[in-house]
Amino acid sequence: MKKLFAALTLALFWTPAALAQETQERGIDTIINEAVAPISNFIVGVVFYSVPVFGVDFPLIVMWLVIAAAIATIYFNFIAFRAFKHAMELIRGDYADPKDAGEVSHFQALATALSGTVGLGNIAGVAIAVSIGGPGATFWMILAGLMGMSLKFAECTLGVKYRNEYPDGTVSGGPMYYLSKGLAEKNLAGLGKVLAVFFAVCCIAGSLGGGNMFQANQSFQQIVNITGGETGFMADKGWLFGLIVAGIVGAVIIGGIKSIARVTEKVVPFMAVVYCTAAVIIILANITEVPAAFGAIIGGAFSPEGVAGGAIGALIQGFKRAAFSNEAGVGSASIAHSAVRTKEPITEGLVALHEPFIDTVVICTMTALVIVITGSYSNEAGMSGVELTSSAFESVFPWFPYILALAVVLFAFSTMISWSYYGVKCWTYLFGEGQKTELIFKLIFCIFVVIGSSMSLGPVVDFSDSAIFAMAVANIVGLYFLFPVVKRELESYWSRLQEGQIKRYRTTWLIHTD
Amino acid sequence: MTDTFLLAVDGSEPAGRAAEFAKARAKAGGARLVVAYVIEWSPYTFNTPEENEERHKRREEEIAKAKGQVLDPLVAAIEAQGLEVEGVVRHGNVAEVLSGLAGEKGACQIFIGRKGLSKVKAMLFGSVAGTLVQVSPVPVTVVP
Repeated sequence: MKKLFAALTLALFWTPAALAQETQERGIDTIINEAVAPISNFIVGVVFYSVPVFGVDFPLIVMWLVIAAAIATIYFNFIAFRAFKHAMELIRGDYADPKDAGEVSHFQALATALSGTVGLGNIAGVAIAVSIGGPGATFWMILAGLMGMSLKFAECTLGVKYRNEYPDGTVSGGPMYYLSKGLAEKNLAGLGKVLAVFFAVCCIAGSLGGGNMFQANQSFQQIVNITGGETGFMADKGWLFGLIVAGIVGAVIIGGIKSIARVTEKVVPFMAVVYCTAAVIIILANITEVPAAFGAIIGGAFSPEGVAGGAIGALIQGFKRAAFSNEAGVGSASIAHSAVRTKEPITEGLVALHEPFIDTVVICTMTALVIVITGSYSNEAGMSGVELTSSAFESVFPWFPYILALAVVLFAFSTMISWSYYGVKCWTYLFGEGQKTELIFKLIFCIFVVIGSSMSLGPVVDFSDSAIFAMAVANIVGLYFLFPVVKRELESYWSRLQEGQIKRYRTTWLIHTD
Repeated sequence: MTDTFLLAVDGSEPAGRAAEFAKARAKAGGARLVVAYVIEWSPYTFNTPEENEERHKRREEEIAKAKGQVLDPLVAAIEAQGLEVEGVVRHGNVAEVLSGLAGEKGACQIFIGRKGLSKVKAMLFGSVAGTLVQVSPVPVTVVP
């Protein structure tokens, strides 16, 4: 014990001096990078264990997600298409009981979940997919988005069905609850508990990876882009950017300063509209290129040129980025959707269908089309991530990188706030509810913002991916057991809806006039 | 059949004046009063996950506060004057909920106070009384 103490003391005193010296030589960023990279490399190696398929390395985890999404799509009989319109009516509030006015509406639950989903994955992730997998990756991405809708439907229904409602009126839901409670109903309490704990651990890692480091990293890249690039002032100031963002995130999640969060929540949807509008304008301005772009996307999906691994390579990239962006099968959004006020858990599942749709089929496709149409993906500088998206938009609107920087930082910020919440929920699931336990996690979360901004893209993306995909391992095993529960709920609800037993309210308070 | 008047309150000073005026009218005409406290709320806002999680609790708190601090004392005071009265708390867009309540309770008139906002403020934040006048199915008396 004494020895350990002595060693710790030594380490404490030794570090600053050595750090200062090293800092002068290599910069803080490089040091953080080199310290974390080996750990992240190890985790990545485990999660992305690949098997060769037609001579290409196919990560098993991607196959795992795709198969689950395909099975959900068929098992629920293409619910995404059957219920698309009804889900829209639910979101609009046509079926909301006026007595529940003032509670969390379907729209609010969806919007909150979306602000956690729509983030850098839609802007930077897509660029990564297209730069590695070619235009064809877009096709697979959209397909994965469409299939992911059914998976999201199942997990959000379960999230509401098995949530905890506490006496003080607060609610807590998500995969950790449906895995433990749902499987216990099937006499698999032991397995359920193991899966729930595994999920919670991975979700904590995911909240620090994809929900935090990836966001911080990519928004920093864009800040570098607009402040003079590699030679600019900000180029090696990742830690500084990280500290600032960590400070703001801390002010919201630890300091409880709601006004910042509230402003962001209002500005983010606006930025999403601006982003999509700009994309549509670019697409319209290059309307003559659109057929060729679609040709490249569809052709590239089946017989791409110059893509490592050919069609399979494009498919892997597309599926990977779609899963990373819309998180279907990962289970994270189920935590956010669980807060809704509804008597029918299935309704929230139906509403959640729109999440992968908006996220992947609409927003990601916009980004991909802009990159493909402007031809930016075949750049010689080897650009990837947000830099590529930025240059694609810049080729039409020279001032767009500034708007994009703002959008990127805001998206990143709102995604971080949502993921910090997911992380806290899993953290308290493991270590018990309590202010102190929450605070510890929130502090760790802020530290990871700094780490994320300091690392180079490769290790950050790899770690983000592996953490988020690992969540899907536990979640999907549980989903297979619980699919029949969802189907029972769905059939009961659907037949009552057809018979007109589900009351549709024509309420005046739902129409917003101002 | 006695007439029903709908009175909108929110604990503010103008609402207090509207209450006095409505009471006097109700007494004179032998009408029944429905006193409504509408808490401004929209199902289409963007919230953080934490706000959503606590929403049910907050709603109960809002209703308890509206009842305890404003509605219950006012209803008791009106009852003490020998008038028939009912209190309701609702969430939603104030003008729309009041219009809906007028129909629901069969009110023939709505009484509401006005804050007397400047033109700029009214344009920026919207005027509840002004909106109500536009959407109400029954005559509205705006008390200055």
